[in-house]
Amino acid sequence: MTDPVRRRLLQGLGAGLLAGSLPARLWAAPAAAPRLLLVFLRGAYDATSVLVPYRSDDYYRLRPNIAIATPDTDNPAAALQLDDQWGLHPALQDSLYPLWQAGELAFVPFAGTDDTSRSHFETQDRIEAGLPDTASLASRSGFLGRLSRVLQTTPGIAFTAALPAVFAGGDRIPNLALRDAATAPFDPRQSALLADLYRGHPLEDRVRAGLEMRQDVARMLAGDMQAASRGAASSAAFEQQARRMATLMRDQYRLGFVDVGGWDTHVNQGGAQGQLANLLGNLGRGLAAFRDELGAPAWRDTVVVVVSEFGRTFRENGNRGTDHGHGTVYWVMGGSVRGGRIAGRQIALSEATLFQNRDYPVLNEYRSVLGGVLKPHYRLNDRQLAAVFPGASPLDLKLL
Amino acid sequence: MHRALFTLAFAALMAGAAPVRAGGDDLRWLQRTGFGVDAAAVQSLQRLGPSRYLDAQLGPEQPLPASVQAQIDAMPISSTGIAALFAQADTLKAAIDAAQSDADKQAAKKAHGAFEQDVLQQAMQRNLLRAIHSPDPLRQKLVWFWFNHFNVFSGKNNGRLLIPDYEENAIRPYALGRFRDLVMATLKHPAMLVYLDNAQNAAGKLNENYARELMELHTLGVDGGYTQADVQALARILTGVSVNLRGEARPRAAMQPGYLHEGAFEFIPRRHDWGDKVLLGQTIKGTGFDEVETAVTLLCRQPATARHISQQLATYLLGSPADPQLVARMTETFQRSDGDIAATVRVLFRSPQARSAPPFYTDPYRYVVSALRQGYDGQTLGNVQPAINWLNQQGEPLYGRLTPDGYPLDGDAWASDGQMVKRFEVARAIAGGRAPLAPSSTPTPSYQWRFAQSAGVQTRNVLDRATSPTEWNLLWLSAPEMNHD
Repeated sequence: MTDPVRRRLLQGLGAGLLAGSLPARLWAAPAAAPRLLLVFLRGAYDATSVLVPYRSDDYYRLRPNIAIATPDTDNPAAALQLDDQWGLHPALQDSLYPLWQAGELAFVPFAGTDDTSRSHFETQDRIEAGLPDTASLASRSGFLGRLSRVLQTTPGIAFTAALPAVFAGGDRIPNLALRDAATAPFDPRQSALLADLYRGHPLEDRVRAGLEMRQDVARMLAGDMQAASRGAASSAAFEQQARRMATLMRDQYRLGFVDVGGWDTHVNQGGAQGQLANLLGNLGRGLAAFRDELGAPAWRDTVVVVVSEFGRTFRENGNRGTDHGHGTVYWVMGGSVRGGRIAGRQIALSEATLFQNRDYPVLNEYRSVLGGVLKPHYRLNDRQLAAVFPGASPLDLKLL
Repeated sequence: MHRALFTLAFAALMAGAAPVRAGGDDLRWLQRTGFGVDAAAVQSLQRLGPSRYLDAQLGPEQPLPASVQAQIDAMPISSTGIAALFAQADTLKAAIDAAQSDADKQAAKKAHGAFEQDVLQQAMQRNLLRAIHSPDPLRQKLVWFWFNHFNVFSGKNNGRLLIPDYEENAIRPYALGRFRDLVMATLKHPAMLVYLDNAQNAAGKLNENYARELMELHTLGVDGGYTQADVQALARILTGVSVNLRGEARPRAAMQPGYLHEGAFEFIPRRHDWGDKVLLGQTIKGTGFDEVETAVTLLCRQPATARHISQQLATYLLGSPADPQLVARMTETFQRSDGDIAATVRVLFRSPQARSAPPFYTDPYRYVVSALRQGYDGQTLGNVQPAINWLNQQGEPLYGRLTPDGYPLDGDAWASDGQMVKRFEVARAIAGGRAPLAPSSTPTPSYQWRFAQSAGVQTRNVLDRATSPTEWNLLWLSAPEMNHD
């Protein structure tokens, strides 16, 4: 309890902010609890442009306008060589490529769900639920929500304006749109009046927790922003947001979720430069900033997983874009991740090996992959894991 | 002391209000047919009774107050079509290219951006002026619902220049009309064709984006029984369905048999896949744009579509989960009437569930419009810009949903911790009266009426602890009673 931020928080509570209404476990993160940040790329990013199958002749033949050139250190527009099969999009050169080289970043290609609706909304809902494909989604329970219940003393937070489905059914998960976070909107007296309006109402807990969190987060970030202003960070929205996320996850929260949109590139996707390259550049800088702001000790017990609902077509479409596909590539990074490698079951990519003559097959089912990461990360026993991903068997890709 | 002060003020206001005979049950019903309650709606309900009140709401559009109509008429978008807007934008874009210095280029870029933003702002203002002032709140509510159902995003491509016309001419005229007309109007509108990329969908260069959403979101629903092969068949049917934003028919294209051109919509035969297709098991011969008409009729008449639309309407108007029996009755009416929206909605509001369904948390649009309707109660708002900002702050900006699924209809999606606090911040802004909305922010009779009808003991006790009228307003606007329909 020497952490100054936490001490201030406790003092605030002691002063009777909204006397005694907050569940104690929100404040009692054990110093050693590992962190998990799940980043959801909504809209289905084109994984084939991030993890470039540069050995595949069909890749270059079927993507005449948008393929990334085969690795060549003299060509800044070329893919960065990862191994003898795969390259990395050059927009990630300064941000995530160093993590790969440091062995802290791994990719899992051919990952995804068995859902073949190719519907953004259905597949996102399915992944966030994390239930068997035959299960109804009506139970409104998400896998991070269930994980937070299993872990008890591992507070979660969604860095989103609305609470995402992945945290549904969780035990009091707060959410926070980070652009709002800098100041507390109501003083303690008005906060108490507002909370009293909802006494006994089904929304009471949300109102109380929301009001208190805004007060506390404003205090935490006030110090942080002063410290960070020296660095005069880039104004890129996601990068700034990622730094705030890191501050909150370093000191207070252990399970985080954030989503990034804009990946549905049906038209003019671009190649080494353009629409998708810009999105990747922002994302990469944000993730690097998250690691940077978290600091080395916290990074050691942090895992960041980047997922998306499905991949895109292996062929480019008639508009220099790509349409909805199936298998995608998940990213796993962290200070203790055994990275610098491409993990999971794989096949050589060619026109002949495509799923439904269209896109990537799913060889690494997402619940098995995520279960295989969560199990060692949180030392879950089989019963606990079954509560998070019912009916799934973890796939141990030796990522941790 | 404070308590006495406020009670007195209310007594004075109530004395001026229309005598109210309607009970709490009517209050909820009235809220659900419109936006909150205002004096005009209460009086109208008392005069007509629920059945005729509903008929009037579902009948022909009633005129706006003259001063509001005058504000709308004075907007440039009211007299400028798509082609003219694009001509103006083109002139401004040419100035960017022609600029000699960097400073001039920057200035020209700024002017172009400001022009497009202004066009979109006018559409937002027009939408809110109608929602807040119309004697047909149900119609305005359904305009929002259908825009959201056939969502397009202002931030993609030319969205800002296309959305004013889209809402006005593809959505609004059909909000209580026939569902198939609504589908066709959105299908032929450039806002949709650009947003979901069908403008680029051509034979041999297939783009499935719109075809998929037309089935998944607009008609059948995701469990509506179609396959990936159906998506591809519909995409082929939709090849050549494109846009012509500058208005003039293309002379060479116009020579091709089957060419169509209406406003900014264009069907280009050369880009159409003329082969036969099989959609939902039915063969559709390659005949040009007629295929689209046939396919849309086929989709609109599927039982899955009737169910999907009824389910969505019931969720939006009465909360989630929708009552299965009510949905079944709406579905039956939708099918029997060949997609008559007014008839389907009438079933909903005549059902016992319209009164008995449990209160649900309202989305930001309904909240802001309701608060203003009853807060200003017939006074004309000169400036709705603050309301636009409040929607932005609550994450539900007009025309600002990026994805085609539209904003969530389920009230719970708007009631997370973070959103609740944001709602209170907006309540404070409305309560403070600092926003230059109208001449006065004194609580009005209908605001009072809703208070008298619905405020529970707990809320009244908290309101008694308010230390100023502004704070009283903040608390009442934040209370559960004011945030649930």
